[in-house]
Amino acid sequence: MEQEYKENCAGESRRDFLKKSTALAALATATPVLLKAAGNDEKIAGYFEKIPLQLEVNGKVHNLSVEPRVTLLDLLREQLNLTGTKKGCDHGQCGACTVHVDGRRINSCLSLAVMNEGKNVTTIEGLADGEKLHPMQESFIKHDGFQCGYCTPGQIMSAIACVKEGHANSVDEIREFMSGNICRCGAYPNIVDAIMEVKKGGQPL
Amino acid sequence: MDKEINYTESYFADDRVDGIEKVTGKAKFAAEHPLAEMAYAVFVCSTIPKGAIKNMVLYEARNAPGVLDIIYYLNCPTIPGHRPYDKDPNKKGFEWRGLKVFNDNIIYSNGQPIALVIADTLERAVYAASLVKAEYVTEDFITDFEKGKKDEALLKKAGDYKRGEADAYKTAAVFVEDEYTIPIETHNPMELHATTAVWEGDNKLTVYDKSQGPKGTQAELARNFGLDEKNVRVVTEYVGGAFGSALRSWPHVPAAVIAARKVKRPVKLVLTREQMFTMVGYRPHAWQKIAIGAGKDGKLVGISHHAISNTSTYEDFSEGIVGVSQFLYDCPNVNTSYKLLPLNINTPTWMRGPGPATGCFALECALDDLSYKLNIDPIELRLINYAEVHPASKLPWTSKFLKECYALGKEKIGWHNRAAIPGSLKENGMLVGYGMAGGVFGAGRGQAAAKGILKSDGSLVLQSAVSDMGPGTSTAMVTIGAELMGLPMNKIKFELGDTDLPPGPTQGGSGSTSAVGAAINAVCDSLKQTLKEMAIQQVPAFSTAKPEDVQYKKGMLFFKSDKTISISYTDLLQQSGKPEIEVIKDSARASAEAQKYAMHSFSVHFVKLQVHPVTGVIRLEHIVSTADAGKIITPKPARSQMVGGAVGGIGMALTEEVVIDHHFGRYVNSNFGDYHVPVNADTPIIDVLFADKPDPIINPMGSKGIGEIALVGVAPAIANAVYNATGKRVRELPITPDKLLS
Repeated sequence: MEQEYKENCAGESRRDFLKKSTALAALATATPVLLKAAGNDEKIAGYFEKIPLQLEVNGKVHNLSVEPRVTLLDLLREQLNLTGTKKGCDHGQCGACTVHVDGRRINSCLSLAVMNEGKNVTTIEGLADGEKLHPMQESFIKHDGFQCGYCTPGQIMSAIACVKEGHANSVDEIREFMSGNICRCGAYPNIVDAIMEVKKGGQPL
Repeated sequence: MDKEINYTESYFADDRVDGIEKVTGKAKFAAEHPLAEMAYAVFVCSTIPKGAIKNMVLYEARNAPGVLDIIYYLNCPTIPGHRPYDKDPNKKGFEWRGLKVFNDNIIYSNGQPIALVIADTLERAVYAASLVKAEYVTEDFITDFEKGKKDEALLKKAGDYKRGEADAYKTAAVFVEDEYTIPIETHNPMELHATTAVWEGDNKLTVYDKSQGPKGTQAELARNFGLDEKNVRVVTEYVGGAFGSALRSWPHVPAAVIAARKVKRPVKLVLTREQMFTMVGYRPHAWQKIAIGAGKDGKLVGISHHAISNTSTYEDFSEGIVGVSQFLYDCPNVNTSYKLLPLNINTPTWMRGPGPATGCFALECALDDLSYKLNIDPIELRLINYAEVHPASKLPWTSKFLKECYALGKEKIGWHNRAAIPGSLKENGMLVGYGMAGGVFGAGRGQAAAKGILKSDGSLVLQSAVSDMGPGTSTAMVTIGAELMGLPMNKIKFELGDTDLPPGPTQGGSGSTSAVGAAINAVCDSLKQTLKEMAIQQVPAFSTAKPEDVQYKKGMLFFKSDKTISISYTDLLQQSGKPEIEVIKDSARASAEAQKYAMHSFSVHFVKLQVHPVTGVIRLEHIVSTADAGKIITPKPARSQMVGGAVGGIGMALTEEVVIDHHFGRYVNSNFGDYHVPVNADTPIIDVLFADKPDPIINPMGSKGIGEIALVGVAPAIANAVYNATGKRVRELPITPDKLLS
């Protein structure tokens, strides 16, 4: 059975996704019966509720077994101990959980971990090269693009994507394309300055 | 022998000392401490505003996979501190003023925690919590402030004040008299409030908490759980914003502690964003009526200022809303009153600029109205009534460079372009308005202790149990230490956020730099004294040195008159065989100074904005925030703090409002999609200008607080600019386009 799920989850195509969804639906129906039969045995319940997941985070391949309801955000924070990615609302309204999946910025609280099978995830912990900071990290420090630091990882992940997307051509454009990331300390003008400098510097990001 | 410490790296660099931790994700916040066997707790909250729990159905939840326990009022262990006075007359002070979580079945507000589900994973806890069902006995409730404030029987007196004649404004040549309202605003820092609790046996407790005051939280927990303070450790190394919401403990803190004891595992309890609206305080809804009268020359005759703000039904919360009218301007006759209206919602608390932020909205808008009636420029009107001494106490200020602030801001915003007649200036089809308003906040010096450890490698560790919720307290303390000890910043580390360290104050009321900085100052003085005594022993030439002959620079002691006579701290410690020198110093509260002086920080905010004449949409163009905050210790973070205050003020003025459905007595917009905090696109160019003059009295650094004055006055400056642009005076925040169209 496990092998079957692995096969179902390995692909990227829409057909594979549909196959996976069907498998999940089948599992959801089967679980209560099996649970009852197993006398609420935690281990058995855990086995049936979890499905295998392979994903690469910051260059490291993880072979995991996760419940389908676990969000990518909670997987990172609670299971992989990558707490640099922050939970600010869990509703996709604040941007604190922004990570890159295959190079695109997403709110990791709105993505189930199992939806990212075989994908490449980059979090704030994966930006620096050893002691050498990423240019956006350096620029945030230089321009004081934060105060408390809680929204900062999400802002930086979003900022890098903003430049790469070609949405950092003017102050107004940056303001618009960075408005999915809330900073309650109000570091917005400094964040814009930090992004403008990186954009002008033209370093590869 | 004189090896200088390497300071090729930044000497007095202005970057935050914790910047690298924050941009790399290494900074650990309250919910980010990995502990073995961690259990997860999730609240179930009430869905009625008033009544009692009749029955709770827990069967399904208890049998859900992974559930370790469910705590509610019938099985919650009695918390010693939650006992009422009369049951234990010998232990006064044990009564907990806040909501006594799981103490009984009484419901005081919607969103009140009624059960805590603990499971082995977060997902299992969340799911099981959804299975808990509660049945209630409901009672009549009141959540409608506008309705409640008309009922005198509901109101509680919270203090009156009178100087000279009451209501003297009526005798003046010109006067204004109007009502102002602000809705409930929430702090909503980006980090969700969270507590991770760990027991070692029955008597030793460690709590990783989002708290502005680790020592305060430690004292509360020790008192509530009947423990010795030394057996309670509270860690708050990084705090992801708070703005007042973490000034005290809320029900989730004891709840996590109870849970950890019951399941005998570490328990992590993180609030949801929705719960952040109903469980950790807010700026209260406030109504104000203010009347100001002046002679034709603009000289104030009288101010009458009355306010009502809401509190909960189980706890009184009041703040100094009308206080600003008593002292911000020189006026012979002032009378104020303040009342509280208990509503069936949770208790409010201090939020950035508590009191003055609300009071200045009325006072500064009313003065603006008065300026148009008098045909006197609003800045000029404030200068005419400039208070040279504190008008109530008649004490001199320790320092007051407010006139400099008016001048700096007036120039920077381009005040000369302002139209004296509202609605008469247009640019590109948009109505253009300029506005200004002042802010103020107390600037005392609290008590603090600090420790300094100078090591033989020339590095210095400074410690105090204070939090840094974002203003840059660590950076300020390292800067102060660097200047005093003549050490590069990268040789100094400030350790904070742990009750094992010497007691620091709660971070609030713009007081951290003043209090902790003064303690650091005392520590450094003592270290320098010890170094000098050691130098006299080690280097014979120093034996003839008078105190004023010795200088401390670049990690060395120098003879002032002969710079060739010197010794490095490193050599000094190594030669005397000491691995380190350790000093603990206490700095007292500025009580004696407060008898002789008034102590305040001042700000003046200037705004230029555009209003669309058809849709009423407001577009901020430029904000200039000026402040007299004494000597600025760390210019870059200080500027950021002012910018952040201005952004907070934009939210207060234009977008932030908690909306309650009074039919159900429930918040309807408790999420970031519906409660609008400013985003990047809402933020204009913000310039910050400091008077930057040292205060000679409050502390040895010459600094005054920044945190509150950064926000106080911003909302009225925006409201005044909207009036200048449109001729429409909006006295109910937030100023949304519909209010400009009606």
